[in-house]
Amino acid sequence: MATPRIEAVNDFVIRFANVNGTGSASANNMFSKAVFRMGVPVSPKNIFPSNIQGLPTWFEVRVTEKGYMGSRGDVDFVVAINGQTMKQDYETLMPGGYFMYDSTKALPREFKRDDVIEIGIPLTQMCIDNYTNPRQRQLFKNIIYVGALAYLFDMEFEVLTGMVKDQFAKKEKLIAPNIGALELGFNYAKEHFEGVCGLSVSRRDNVGDSIMIDGNSATGLGAVYGGATFAGWYPITPSTSVVEAYEKYANKFRKDENGKNKFAILQAEDELSAMGMAIGGNWNGARSFTATSGPGLSLMSEFIGLAYFAEIPVVLIDVQRSGPSTGMPTRTQQSDVISAAYASHGDTKHVLLIPCDPAECFEMTATAFDVADRLQTPVIVLSDLDLGMNDHVSRPFKWDDDRKYDRGKVLTAEDLDNMQERWGRYKDVDGDGIGYRTYPGTHPTKGSYFTRGSSHDEYAAYTEDSSVYEANMERLVKKWDTAKEVAPRPQIKYRDKDSKVAAIFYGTSAQASYEALDGLEEEGTKINTCRIKSFPFHPDIGKFIEEHDTIFVIEQNRDAQMRTLLINEFNTGTERLRSILNIDGMPIRARRIKRKIERMLNGEAVSPFTTVNSSGEGVEA
Amino acid sequence: MSYLKSTFRHPESPKNDLGYTQANYEGALSTLCAGCGHDSISNSIIKACFELSLEPHRIAKMSGIGCSSKTPAYFLSNSHGFNSVHGRMPSVTTGANMANRDLTYIGVSGDGDTASIGMGQFMHLVRRNLNMVYIVMNNGVYGLTKGQDSATADVGSASKKGVPNMYEPMDLCELAISLGSGYVARSFSGDKEQLVPLIKGAIKHNGFALIDVVSPCVTFNNTPNSTKSYEWVRDHKEATGTFDLVPHEQEITVQAPKDKTESITLHDGSVINLQRQPGSLDVRCRESVLQALEEAKQNKQVLTGLLHLNTDSSNTHEIINTCDAPLNTLGEKELCPGSAVLEAINESLR
Repeated sequence: MATPRIEAVNDFVIRFANVNGTGSASANNMFSKAVFRMGVPVSPKNIFPSNIQGLPTWFEVRVTEKGYMGSRGDVDFVVAINGQTMKQDYETLMPGGYFMYDSTKALPREFKRDDVIEIGIPLTQMCIDNYTNPRQRQLFKNIIYVGALAYLFDMEFEVLTGMVKDQFAKKEKLIAPNIGALELGFNYAKEHFEGVCGLSVSRRDNVGDSIMIDGNSATGLGAVYGGATFAGWYPITPSTSVVEAYEKYANKFRKDENGKNKFAILQAEDELSAMGMAIGGNWNGARSFTATSGPGLSLMSEFIGLAYFAEIPVVLIDVQRSGPSTGMPTRTQQSDVISAAYASHGDTKHVLLIPCDPAECFEMTATAFDVADRLQTPVIVLSDLDLGMNDHVSRPFKWDDDRKYDRGKVLTAEDLDNMQERWGRYKDVDGDGIGYRTYPGTHPTKGSYFTRGSSHDEYAAYTEDSSVYEANMERLVKKWDTAKEVAPRPQIKYRDKDSKVAAIFYGTSAQASYEALDGLEEEGTKINTCRIKSFPFHPDIGKFIEEHDTIFVIEQNRDAQMRTLLINEFNTGTERLRSILNIDGMPIRARRIKRKIERMLNGEAVSPFTTVNSSGEGVEA
Repeated sequence: MSYLKSTFRHPESPKNDLGYTQANYEGALSTLCAGCGHDSISNSIIKACFELSLEPHRIAKMSGIGCSSKTPAYFLSNSHGFNSVHGRMPSVTTGANMANRDLTYIGVSGDGDTASIGMGQFMHLVRRNLNMVYIVMNNGVYGLTKGQDSATADVGSASKKGVPNMYEPMDLCELAISLGSGYVARSFSGDKEQLVPLIKGAIKHNGFALIDVVSPCVTFNNTPNSTKSYEWVRDHKEATGTFDLVPHEQEITVQAPKDKTESITLHDGSVINLQRQPGSLDVRCRESVLQALEEAKQNKQVLTGLLHLNTDSSNTHEIINTCDAPLNTLGEKELCPGSAVLEAINESLR
């Protein structure tokens, strides 16, 4: 072989190619969690079809000693279990990489690369020889290849057996056969491929007190901690597991002494209804939320405008996926930025909170309820499929037991009795643009008002008086300014105070961006960074833009939506803000960001896309 | 149309158990057309709430968009009101009800708001059996947009535009009965004697209660060829029987002859006294009610009164096992599992 084999300790990418619905996900998760338990950071990505059974699915695991959680790009090792995609999987492997396949059948003739190392394991035959039950034959095939990998990567076998014991703690009968399958694979690899693999996983102490969880579970848990008592929702990939997690945790932690629920969940008939329910709940003083994805956001827009104008707090979790329309429902993107920021007709703008890891999903969701109650307006937590549905190594969750929910400006019966002046629901008494509200049922004769989406005066009465309408719209702008101080601040990091080059990114583009910029720094190019965590933009972001001559805006959509939002809100930067974009539905990759920035800084006229498209634009050398 | 509402009230106006007069249940001056059926319904709501001695601030008035949906401004000014978006009152009321199960929810909607744009939400609301009163002010026509037929207009019925409607009408009562609503009634805005007790019964009913009230639109749909005109309804309505509600706190005031009266006890102990003609409809039997509604239609009659009653149903909260305390009264102490639990969760994720 002319090309040397890839050799690396704790730094490689392995891709599993499976068929959807064959139980591969739990085996692949077992592998990635085992790496984590050996103290090595790991980043798994599930690449799955919008299908229940039979279509191709991939699971990519990045083993990353340095803790880069973003997608790296390129594959060093393939486990090819799916005949449909075998050729494609073979071709995409890096030169010097490893190709594990089911050698029950010989590889077809056209598989003739001389720069990859083939590792044939007769998985089907081994299953036929060892198991009689057809379902077992299918399931254990996955466990056998995990066992083989354990040998090839020199992993601690007892970590894997420990995981089997944890996983089947309640079904003890299954422990022995699963360990048996791991041993089958391990022994086969040992017998036939000793010294063949140059990749290995070696114990480290690099994960500290980190946890491993998907963003949607963290979000659901954040809603429980944040005091949400009602969720109205409609199932849609990739947000479904947010409410499922909320339900799971609420069932555990929110039962009263009679076994009754201190929460309510209703599956609505559609997203319009889901949002209406969440608004109704908040109007009546219970923290309520809904979760959706792009198509649902479109349907909810009318209601979001009502909540904006009638000033009702509401929390919406938008787990973005590839659009437009139905798009690619099981692929990731950051393409709802503008439609979320300006959702609904008329002049509206909404608070966005943008988490980048599960710890932030948890914190920002809990905080979203405080922000919504404080500002009396919709708050949208903008997550995405990559963050929501994949496991991520993350800081652990934290909660301060002294923390009080900020319910904002809500008047009690006593407040109403002590009030000297006439109360007006939309009166700006404090000069921050936010009025005082009352919950229905508070006081027998005071504090009732009529909530409406039609134009209203300070006392909530209908008006078509132009000056009253205008004053109200201007007060909402004042409230928007207040929001800038309430929402989480950007994370700004100067690698070099004098550098005129910078990068702006947000959400799941952050990890790969930081990694790319670390790589550039090692080569002497220092790029300052600003990670946006919320909208409206804090003035510090405007200042950051003014300080630099070239600012790369790195995001995962076609139309450079965050860049557009920045230019629109700050009225500056059209020349200096340069896009780096990814729209292939896969998480943006660090290596490609790095190469793109290098070429752009080199003065090359390159397309902003990091991915390949049919016209060949964006192809990286 | 008046521009000022008189504040004069008779000094000896009768008071209810709470010491309130009917004036305490009124709202702002209506801006609907003079003679609009909707205003009569508003007055019936006022009377029903007054007579039941409900605390006005413990009622929430919910509506969508349209002439009918404006009316919550014209009754119960000490209640919170919510004029939401077109056809979406059901979902907003659902959320509000989830937040506080202790209030009384009176939703007001129109035939456009319910039978067209809000049909999906309406049907699912019925399915979930949300504890609320849902009043449809049904005039068969779009008023605010000036006279288009609605989905409840009968085939052949013509509004002021003069073109007979060509499409089959929605019968909201039939739909609600088939979707399991335990309290379904139809009435006429011009018949307060029938409507007030029906509203009282609906408020007392545990679960979803629909009252479809034919309410003529004097401006666009009160023509001789309209089946939603005052004249047509007066001539064609047929009552299922008379009806009276006796709240459990109050003495029985109306006693009907025993052989003709059926007394049905509601969940809170209130009693509905139903006076039926011999051989008339058994409102507790879904199948026979649906049949009677179809027959009435064929005979060009509007069957009014209580159409269906089932006191054994569970409301949404009962179905999903919500705690007794209203969710909006719970704070950190009841809701937040705290840092120790969180640390255990962290540990399970390592």
